[in-house]
Amino acid sequence: MNFFKRTIPMTIAFVMGVLMAFQYYVPHESSQNLLKVVTRWGMIISGFAMFIGAYSLFHMHWNRIRQKVAGWGYSIFVFCGAGITIIFGLINGGEFFWNDKQAGTMFDWIFDNVQVPAGATIFSILAFFMASAAYRTFRARNKEATILLIAAIIVMLGRVPIGTMISQYIPVAADWIMSVPNLAAKRAILIGVSIGVIATSIKIIFGIERAYLGGGD
Amino acid sequence: MEKLLKIDRRIIFILVALAVTIPLLFRFKMSVPPTTHVQSMYDKIDSLPKGSHVLISFDYDPSSKEELQPMARALLHHCFSKDIKVIGMTLYPAGTGLAVKAIKEIGKEYGKRSGIDYVFLGFKAGSSLVILNMGEDIYTAFQKDFYGKKTVGMPALKGVSSLRDIDYAVNLTAGGIYEAWIVYGREKYNFELGVGCTAVMGPEMYPFIQSKQLTGFLGGLKGAAEYETLVGHKDRASAGMAPQSVVHVLVVCFILFGNFLYFASGRKK
Repeated sequence: MNFFKRTIPMTIAFVMGVLMAFQYYVPHESSQNLLKVVTRWGMIISGFAMFIGAYSLFHMHWNRIRQKVAGWGYSIFVFCGAGITIIFGLINGGEFFWNDKQAGTMFDWIFDNVQVPAGATIFSILAFFMASAAYRTFRARNKEATILLIAAIIVMLGRVPIGTMISQYIPVAADWIMSVPNLAAKRAILIGVSIGVIATSIKIIFGIERAYLGGGD
Repeated sequence: MEKLLKIDRRIIFILVALAVTIPLLFRFKMSVPPTTHVQSMYDKIDSLPKGSHVLISFDYDPSSKEELQPMARALLHHCFSKDIKVIGMTLYPAGTGLAVKAIKEIGKEYGKRSGIDYVFLGFKAGSSLVILNMGEDIYTAFQKDFYGKKTVGMPALKGVSSLRDIDYAVNLTAGGIYEAWIVYGREKYNFELGVGCTAVMGPEMYPFIQSKQLTGFLGGLKGAAEYETLVGHKDRASAGMAPQSVVHVLVVCFILFGNFLYFASGRKK
């Protein structure tokens, strides 16, 4: 079993890792054809990953209903919502799923009148919680917090037209905060993350990092 | 003092709701002068000749629609008014509905036809792999458009075989996919790229602007409003500037008042 669960995946990771790393620097036609084939394989696998995601979601909510855990009633809505949407998607306005996508179907109606307003509502609730959190917890407790607080106020005012109406220097100061300290911090994080990604990739290619294989036998 | 520090959060919620609704009801206007990052994106598209190809990747879903959909609409107004051919696509499964709506509505205003003046390629799973595949051959990545029409020989894609042939690309994003567009798209296939993102993502764009990997970016509703001003087609983003400004001022007042109480009460937790 070790051969199938460890040796084969690690060999695939090594061969593909080394091959694709070299491919990036070889502008030959065969190299480009290889990239075309490999990316197409990747896209197909990604498609299957979506099915696994859906299965995982339904499995989790089914278990919640079966075990009657707190709030299990909400899980019923997951099945209702997904079920109704899938049915109307398959019906495809009476032309069914094997035909091209039809316009103005019930599926589109559900998207426009349920998913869009629901998504926008959830996102807009953030503004209320942020305002509450700003009032309750954003305190100038020490030097660092005070700097953060002043920077936040300048950027908040500088990022809306009213900032210019208060003072023409507020947007300039906000832009300086973004272009100098923010940029420096972001770049440092970006470089750190990139080096981490390269190191992890090398560890995976050479079989040092094996967490992606999963645990147990 | 103690009472004010422990104010019911529902009062704060009511104040925020009022700060949003009152400016919307009275509709006072605010000038939105364009910033350099927005201006450079506008200038790039404006410099493109008639018949050029602009790719717009609508990588967002309904949760960030309020910020990104106005950007998409303003960009489409600009492209269609200049007779630029638009290639639409999405790497988000829930992005198709919003993209179709924006392209169809704006396209109709300018009398543009699907497959001839624009094409919507739809959704494809794989994120960075799709970008790489499009970089090699756009027709293998998207053999059919969203409506099931074959992409090979489509007039809207005439002269385009891969991402190398795109005159300009814009990634409207609510997530980290813009990095894939930079790394696997712009850097590898050498095309110019601009990003439209949510306001909270704005600070992440600055390193890429300085390194000239992005020509510009539209940050949040204000970025969209600035683009609407440049295009001369004020829409929902411009209308949203007044409530957004008032809410920002309100939050600043909350912070200052909260700190005043904190210090006045002898820095009690």
